[in-house]
Amino acid sequence: MERVKVTIDGNEAAASVAHRTNEICAIYPITPSSNMGEWADDWSAAGRKNIWGTVPLVVELQSEGGASGAVHGALQTGALTTTFTASQGLLLMIPNMYKIAGELTSTVFHVTARTVATHALSIFGDHSDVMACRQTGWAMLASGSVQEAHDFACIAQTATLEARVPFIHFFDGFRTSHQVEKIEQLSDDDLRAMIDDELVRQHRARGLSPERPVLRGSAQNPDVFFQARETVNPFYTKIPGIVQKTMDKFGKLTGRQYHLFDYIGSPDAERVVVLMTSGGETAEATVRHLIEKGEKVGVLRVRLYRPFSVEHFLAALPKTAKTIAILDRTKEPGGGGEPLYLDVTSALFENGRQDIKVVGGRYGLSSKEFTPAMVKAVLDELKKPEPKNHFTVGIHDDVTHTSLDFDPSFSVEHPETVRCMFFGLGSDGTVGANKNSIKIIGEETENNAQGYFVYDSKKAGTMTTSHLRFGPKPIQAPYLISPNTANFVACHQFTFLERFDISRYTQPGGVFLLNSIFSTEEVWDNLPQEVQKDILEKKLEFYVINAYDVAEKTGMGARINTIMQTCFFAISGILPRDEAIAQIKKAIKKTYGKRGEAVVQKNYAAVDQTLANLHKVSVPGKVTSKISRRAPVPAEAPEFVKTVLGPMIASDGDSVPVSAMPIDGTFPTGTTKWEKRNIALEIPVWEPDLCIQCGKCSIVCPHAAIRHNVYETKFLEKAPATFKSMESKFKEFPGLAYTVQVAPEDCTGCTLCVEACPVKDKTNPSRKALNMAPQPPLREAEAVNWQFYLSLPEVDRTQLNIASIKNSQLLEPLFEFSGACSGCGETPYIKLLTQLFGDRAVIANATGCSSIYGGNLPTTPYTFNRDGRGPAWSNSLFEDNAEFGLGFRLTLDKQQEYAHDILPSFAAELGGDLVDSLRNADQTSELGIRQQRERVAALKEKLAQSKNPQAKNLLAVADALVKKSVWIVGGDGWAYDIGYGGLDHVMSLGRNLNILVLDTEVYSNTGGQASKSTPRGAVARFAASGKGLSKKDLGLMAIAYGYVYVARVALGFSDQHTLKAFLEAESYDGPSIIIAYSHCAMHGIDMAKGLEQQKLAVQSGLWPLYRYDPRLADEGKNPLLLDYKEPTVPVEQYMYNETRFRMLTQSNEARAESLLKLAREDAQSRWNFYSQLAAMHYSEEAG
Amino acid sequence: MGDLTTTYLGMNLKNPLVASASPLSEKVETVQKLEQAGIAAVVMYSLFEEQAIHESLELDHFLFAGTEISPEIGTIYSQTGKYTLQPEAYVETLGKLKQAVGIPVIGSLNGVSSGGWIKYAQKIEAAGADALELNLYYLPTDPDLSAAQIEENYLKLVGDVRKSIQIPLAVKLSPFFSALPNMAKRLVEAGADGLVLFNRFYQPDLDLEALEVVPNLTLSTSAEIRLPLRWIALLYGRIRADLALTSGVHTAEDVLKAMMAGASATMVASVLLEKGIDHIPTILTGIDLWMSQNEYESIQQMKGSLSQQSVAEPAAFERANYMKVLNSFRSLP
Repeated sequence: MERVKVTIDGNEAAASVAHRTNEICAIYPITPSSNMGEWADDWSAAGRKNIWGTVPLVVELQSEGGASGAVHGALQTGALTTTFTASQGLLLMIPNMYKIAGELTSTVFHVTARTVATHALSIFGDHSDVMACRQTGWAMLASGSVQEAHDFACIAQTATLEARVPFIHFFDGFRTSHQVEKIEQLSDDDLRAMIDDELVRQHRARGLSPERPVLRGSAQNPDVFFQARETVNPFYTKIPGIVQKTMDKFGKLTGRQYHLFDYIGSPDAERVVVLMTSGGETAEATVRHLIEKGEKVGVLRVRLYRPFSVEHFLAALPKTAKTIAILDRTKEPGGGGEPLYLDVTSALFENGRQDIKVVGGRYGLSSKEFTPAMVKAVLDELKKPEPKNHFTVGIHDDVTHTSLDFDPSFSVEHPETVRCMFFGLGSDGTVGANKNSIKIIGEETENNAQGYFVYDSKKAGTMTTSHLRFGPKPIQAPYLISPNTANFVACHQFTFLERFDISRYTQPGGVFLLNSIFSTEEVWDNLPQEVQKDILEKKLEFYVINAYDVAEKTGMGARINTIMQTCFFAISGILPRDEAIAQIKKAIKKTYGKRGEAVVQKNYAAVDQTLANLHKVSVPGKVTSKISRRAPVPAEAPEFVKTVLGPMIASDGDSVPVSAMPIDGTFPTGTTKWEKRNIALEIPVWEPDLCIQCGKCSIVCPHAAIRHNVYETKFLEKAPATFKSMESKFKEFPGLAYTVQVAPEDCTGCTLCVEACPVKDKTNPSRKALNMAPQPPLREAEAVNWQFYLSLPEVDRTQLNIASIKNSQLLEPLFEFSGACSGCGETPYIKLLTQLFGDRAVIANATGCSSIYGGNLPTTPYTFNRDGRGPAWSNSLFEDNAEFGLGFRLTLDKQQEYAHDILPSFAAELGGDLVDSLRNADQTSELGIRQQRERVAALKEKLAQSKNPQAKNLLAVADALVKKSVWIVGGDGWAYDIGYGGLDHVMSLGRNLNILVLDTEVYSNTGGQASKSTPRGAVARFAASGKGLSKKDLGLMAIAYGYVYVARVALGFSDQHTLKAFLEAESYDGPSIIIAYSHCAMHGIDMAKGLEQQKLAVQSGLWPLYRYDPRLADEGKNPLLLDYKEPTVPVEQYMYNETRFRMLTQSNEARAESLLKLAREDAQSRWNFYSQLAAMHYSEEAG
Repeated sequence: MGDLTTTYLGMNLKNPLVASASPLSEKVETVQKLEQAGIAAVVMYSLFEEQAIHESLELDHFLFAGTEISPEIGTIYSQTGKYTLQPEAYVETLGKLKQAVGIPVIGSLNGVSSGGWIKYAQKIEAAGADALELNLYYLPTDPDLSAAQIEENYLKLVGDVRKSIQIPLAVKLSPFFSALPNMAKRLVEAGADGLVLFNRFYQPDLDLEALEVVPNLTLSTSAEIRLPLRWIALLYGRIRADLALTSGVHTAEDVLKAMMAGASATMVASVLLEKGIDHIPTILTGIDLWMSQNEYESIQQMKGSLSQQSVAEPAAFERANYMKVLNSFRSLP
């Protein structure tokens, strides 16, 4: 039977089988597995049935712990149940996994193997998560390609039912989960042919039912537990046979025959590598290449890793093997070797094969590239009489010298395979277009096709790199296209050329396509010299198109994707031009058809107008340019920034050696300032003649790229010529000069400052005190102005009344230029936190958007002031952030207590006054804190001279005598869902902690999955039909304690209220929680209107604004202060500005209408409730 | 009871009262209430060219935005979801209306260009519309764009729509033409079976506090009937098309005047939004009462009786009348 060929990624491939062969999916989002759950949810929402004719039930839980519990329960009651997860998520499932295996329960968990966070979090792929499960009693099946992810999902599901042992089906996170490949799709009939319904019925029959009551999950004692544990042995013994039998059946059905261990290589190989998952593809291709060169080598690909069948392993290993290398994609520090290595050595030892020399090595941690060159390096190492053991490959380890050298130019790719790279912006649609291109090539030609997509670490101005391969031969190349090997390189943004070495990827004689604002005649002289040199030396065919112009004329805006895609097809000639254009249009219709005719038409127009604007450049014979590529960081940057972060910025982080990296994950702060990204097309320009010096522009800026200051006029003497200033209007600072300054190279051009500016020119109301203007002409002068601005002295914070917005904005932000989205609604709150308390803040940050823009390398935004003080920041996990922050508090409290305890013993030495004042300092004001700092400085000085044996101990904790501000920061996914249990407990302890919930009402970082904060009527991932129930009232739950300070704020509604809440929360000597409305790109809004949406959210009553201050109750007052009025704006006026709500009117109008009605009632009933609560009398007289 | 029937666009109407394009036709239940109250036909709310295009572009923008900014984000919204965009929803509602009521249902398209969107005319026809009303409204701001160019565009659009459908086509137009009778004639030649006079425009207001232009919606009053009344009286008998009067029809008297000026139907919306659907019987009863008091047997009898061609003093509709009105102010205290 002819099967359908589809071009999909590994997640879709695995989920496609999982969804069709299960009844329940209990899920929780975690990268890179989230898409599997999303596919399942999409298919169920669309009514797609499984092979038994019923639509699987998809339920999102509050955590992976919760998901695994629900899976366990569903399995125990007899449903075919699955889940999808990775990394920390898988680890949270381990307790249930022991139970599920111990109870001999059939299920498959599909895992995108991902790094477990150690010294740092990483979303990328390795086996550290799955290897942490190898002791749970689960079978483990490893797939190495998209086709295998599809096939093994079926094999695992089939085998688990017979084996009664649960299976982890895993494949490499990103490399397989996100790689797009052409595969043959299994039909429903295939799945039916594989799965034995009788076994399904037996699974059901084992389910708990009061009709046949049993007890499962007893507590056992020393007398019998051990024996009971050994009862399962026969089941494990049978698994290899069952899996091989299943593979054989699958082979007969599909023609794709797999084995528990697949050996590829010469039958008389002497050197063999053993490994699993996608690295096996690379090794297989390399081995084939080397055999052609006459080498006797082979690769043994491990498919069934647990149970590890020694018998099958030995049978698969060539008898001639003399030296073998076992490659593990994980690290177990302190172990005798990594897991697969230990399994193999044990297998050989137990069977008397000590004649084989075995070495182990690590590769590919966190998706580190694993290339044929590295495979060859390993095989070459095996030629040596004493090959290195416990080696690493793929890095340069200059500390413990574990690494093998490799020749990066070694390639095994088939000459007929075409390699193409596309460098685009996250906002120009390049990735989407390339996914379409690869589908066209995969499904409309006989070619094999592969696509893989790489993103940089900043959400604003992201650079995307698409790697496409296609050709008549199978593509076994799960690694990036390397320099000098791409047949076709397209640079979709001209400005990339000054920041990145893009042309280096093109192979000699290849094609280099550039989206250029310069004409064919002008473009050459505007290229950096390095690019000109590359074009000349490699004799590249150089094409240009002004895609912006075509996009503008055809209504495509910034989306140049279709235009560049058309150029690619036209130049590459993969299809005849007419056919290519027809196929592109077909893909457009398919991709955009549901979005309406206008979108289809504009894309068609873009395609039609492209070719006339595509030109081949006649390249002059010499380098003419005066322009050079910019260094990634300026020369004056600190050494660490230059030598470690610099290469990372320049996309050359792979070259950083082990010795250069911090040993424990500790990094200097204040590094974003060195990475000048210049991503704004327009920046704000200040008009002093209109400015009222209100500071609103500064407080709303998500990137701290616009600031204001007052300073003595004498400083203006050295000001650059274009530096603007005016007389200060601050009553506290008469006669001083005042400036609003923009950081032109750090601004993202979001326009929130202009939106927030309250002043209009009376004669020309379109002119405000800030107006956007193109960045390039301003860049140079404003960059100089910015540097000068930074040299101005800071206002003495002890002299400021920071309770006013304008004054608060004179405080230096200690969070700047983060990688957050342009116009981010979260970061202004964090920035404010750092302005007010940053010099004494220690921040615990839950995993999520805020930990990514807060701590993702290369450069990070938390910074320090001129005294060297600033926030100390750390991210533990997603689920434990409140507890993590509590730990900070406990330490500080304990250290302060210890210092207080031992200080009196120093009274004679230090003077009683100093000891008393250190112990009893009033630190409720900035002045008090400064004075205490001075005392601590004096203390340290004296202690340094002291002979007292306790002096060093006191010195070690002396800083704890200065008041510290502990902040626990995270999003709603953490606070409402996965971390709520901990958050609740931490609040209950009454300690002095400040919790900031950046509430975007959705899991923003992982792409918009619903949380319990998601409001009624919003469409989100896992709430495809619109969330039917109302948002959890986290604030009210905190209020219930009575001793927690609670505030709900919305900067866009009232900056003054927000400021007040922050000051009150921090001053409260107990737990405080601020729940901050954070508009978000996931809402589907024009981010420039984010502040307006915040206002409407409050005015419509959907975001009640209040403060609950327990101190007021002590004064006999009602602690609840309502800071908003009865809803005055219809909820739809707020909701229908946002795609998340509006979308439901387009997908299910009736439901949208009924949820709108309920949302209206929510707003009103919440007002009724809160207004009554706020009206209660608290005074004794009222009693 | 007098004979209130009339014919409009080849349709036999039980009375001259037609609900014009307004939010009243958004829901099937409301249209059923209109029918029960006695309305003779309903023009559906307008499908706007700009809205259809804007909605499509906006959906595309937000389905894409943010999907390529991080490796952690795939697609933010469902891949398999179906979106019923405004044009589809419009056509769907029209189909439902036709199923739910017995009175004629007239589709309404509001646009100015002959782009791909006019295919919705065919979809409206396919959904069962008894006729189509094409609402022409273009606000020229480009000083280089001449009246002739705009008129040519209008005619092309009417011609294109005409070619694409079989059902009767009415064109709703504005009064702002230098040579309205000529334009009316050419629109009819281009394929219009009827003309609806006139479109009401919502003029924006200025917010003095915010220094911003703000939208402003006001309902019509009976006084507004004069302008269309005059032009219907002028055009009646001069062009080969049915005429419908819209703007300011609030009372039985307004309807009677329209009929006498030469209209085949009168369109109501403001008065129903203001006074409710229950006001329809009041108007109809008023017409009937007036007819019986004045011994009219049928609407047909009065149709065009006070058109320019029929009145004793045709000049009253012309410039002379203008002089007379101005002079009448002199006598005011």
